[in-house]
Amino acid sequence: MARSFTPKVVTANALLEGDAVWLTEDNRWTRDIREAELITDEAHGDLRLLEAMAQADLIAGAYLADARSGPDGPEPTHFREAFRTRGPSNYFHGKQAE
Amino acid sequence: MYQYNDFDEAFVRARVAQFRGQVERRIDGSLTEDEFKPLRLMNGLYLQLHAYMLRVAVPYGTLNSAQMRQLAYIADRWDKGYGHFTTRQNIQYNWPKLQDVPDMLDALADVGMHAIQTSGNTIRNVTADHFAGAASDEIEDPRPIAELLRQWSTDHPEFQFLPRKFKIAVTGAEQDRAVTRAHDIGLRMVRNAAGEPGFEVIVGGGLGRTPMVGKILRDFLPKADLLPYVEAIVSVYNLLGRRDNKYKARIKITVHENGLEKIQHLVEDRFTAIRAGFSGHDQALLAQIETAFAPPAFVTKSTDGYEAARLANPAFRSWTDTNLAEHKAEGYAIVSISIKKHGSTPGDATSDQMRVMADLAETYGHNELRISHEQNVILPHVHKSDLPAAYQALRAADLAAANIGLASDIIACPGMDYCALATARSIPIAQEIATRFDELKIEHDIGQLKIKISGCINACGHHHVGHIGILGLDRAGVENYQITLGGDGTETTTIGERAGPGFSADEIVPAIERLVTGYMDLRADENETFLQAYRRLGMEPFKAILYPAEDKANAA
Ligand code: HEM
Ligand code: SF4
Repeated sequence: MARSFTPKVVTANALLEGDAVWLTEDNRWTRDIREAELITDEAHGDLRLLEAMAQADLIAGAYLADARSGPDGPEPTHFREAFRTRGPSNYFHGKQAE
Repeated sequence: MYQYNDFDEAFVRARVAQFRGQVERRIDGSLTEDEFKPLRLMNGLYLQLHAYMLRVAVPYGTLNSAQMRQLAYIADRWDKGYGHFTTRQNIQYNWPKLQDVPDMLDALADVGMHAIQTSGNTIRNVTADHFAGAASDEIEDPRPIAELLRQWSTDHPEFQFLPRKFKIAVTGAEQDRAVTRAHDIGLRMVRNAAGEPGFEVIVGGGLGRTPMVGKILRDFLPKADLLPYVEAIVSVYNLLGRRDNKYKARIKITVHENGLEKIQHLVEDRFTAIRAGFSGHDQALLAQIETAFAPPAFVTKSTDGYEAARLANPAFRSWTDTNLAEHKAEGYAIVSISIKKHGSTPGDATSDQMRVMADLAETYGHNELRISHEQNVILPHVHKSDLPAAYQALRAADLAAANIGLASDIIACPGMDYCALATARSIPIAQEIATRFDELKIEHDIGQLKIKISGCINACGHHHVGHIGILGLDRAGVENYQITLGGDGTETTTIGERAGPGFSADEIVPAIERLVTGYMDLRADENETFLQAYRRLGMEPFKAILYPAEDKANAA
């Protein structure tokens, strides 16, 4: 039996600002994970990652991150990815302040 | 202080111009990230969780007022109005935008600073005792040697692709404030039987996932042989160090796997082979550098006002008790400015605070500042009669915390609030511990205590050498904190021992409180420090305090 696949989003850092961005179904990079494409199929995930990595003039360091479906769209499952949606905890900087 | 000559200036400007071109080519898509990454790392530019990070070298931790003001200007102009001082005497900006970085580097070059070799598998910023040139227990100021090493290592063609990063620390004093035994090469100035100054050369120390205490490669190296000898070490490591496994690539593993004797042999052979080639140029250069580090013109004046202020103002007295160190010149003191106000981020200073510190250095401190590996700022030369006024200015800038060397003087790496490699956060834990001890009002009773926190096994927060070390880990998707005890980063360097299972983010601060209040019950008297008590009693009583339920279960 095939190993069960945990849903994923494609994420990266924006090239100029360096902040976290996520890939949408219509190939945009969004700063809101809830607009990201939630990928439930492994082969499709690999393909989307390759497509993302080809956009070298927009982003750096693309990878697949675990996510789950929430009421408003994809949500992070791991605390590291949750921090990337907000910013640091010692100052009100980053996405939480935008 | 050393001033850039025309060569330095031209070299640094050329590097900025090259990098400007590289950034342009990255932005227009002609360079991929894979191609660009090694180029940006060579210039100190990282990509972290929320933004880029620019790491600027503060060579051997020494700054003048103009440089500190420029760091403040850079923070305001291109970052978010603050900077993070690190255990390697660097400053990190957490929010630069890629297109602005060349301008930031140009602004640094304006004051004789750069970010070259603050990353990558090269010889990194050479660190030094932050009390250099001021400490009363010093044989000689180690900074001329550090500057010589900086010039020699910068862009050294043989050493741009070492097996792994390479860190050198130097001290000229008896007390080791530079953690020399936890560096790839540690240099401790000592005297031989004839009373001549030279170096004890320590090799193969390091923290990270395989912490090791450095070993003595040479008991006494004459000062004049320093450069060829260090070159011999790096050269031997460059060939012998492992490149097949990044976790085994540091020189500590090379020494461990090959044995000290073999390394000694190879280094001595190489040293003999290259020594003649140095033909005195390095010594001529060193003599020139030394003149740039001549001590300031110390003055003699009365310290009566200082003594009177101590009697009159208990807050000032408390600050002088914790934040001053003994100066070699009569009437002077070394001032440690704590940038660890309870609840703040260890090592962070706002641009306003940087300007205040720059002004104070100019007015009262012979124009000199230092960054300590403990993430504080030092005014190395302040006359005692100026201390009351300096203290008032520090208070007004929220920089007067009287906690140097105490429980809230915590080293913490950026952890998962910034760092892409982190497995857990470290800053909030440091903030909570400091806030808690402040509420309890017991840190002066506790006395000397070094708590050090890292957000992953790389150990940038020096947790292995903390009296209490805290290591943040990811345990099944939850932040978890492991405690080590008995570490020491001084001349008696010791790697701390793991106390037992880790604690959750909610449990870690109460656990530290339990540990420290428990120590106060265990200590022989008020003068026995946490570390001394641990050395006398061993792990068991501390373990019993940390894990009370288990203790009962074992006893039953
Ligand atoms: C972008 C942030 C950082 C990254 C990616 C990073 C990366 C690393 C890595 C990979 C190691 C382990 C090296 C090894 O064992 O071979 C390490 C060690 C170390 N880093 Fe960092 N670090 C970062 C920030 C810092 C900061 C902020 C400091 C100072 C507060 C620092 C100081 C050190 C020190 C002292 C060590 C341990 C000593 C040693 O064995 O080299 N690093 N770092
Ligand atoms: S110890 Fe780990 S988390 Fe902390 S700065 Fe170093 S690499 Fe990052």
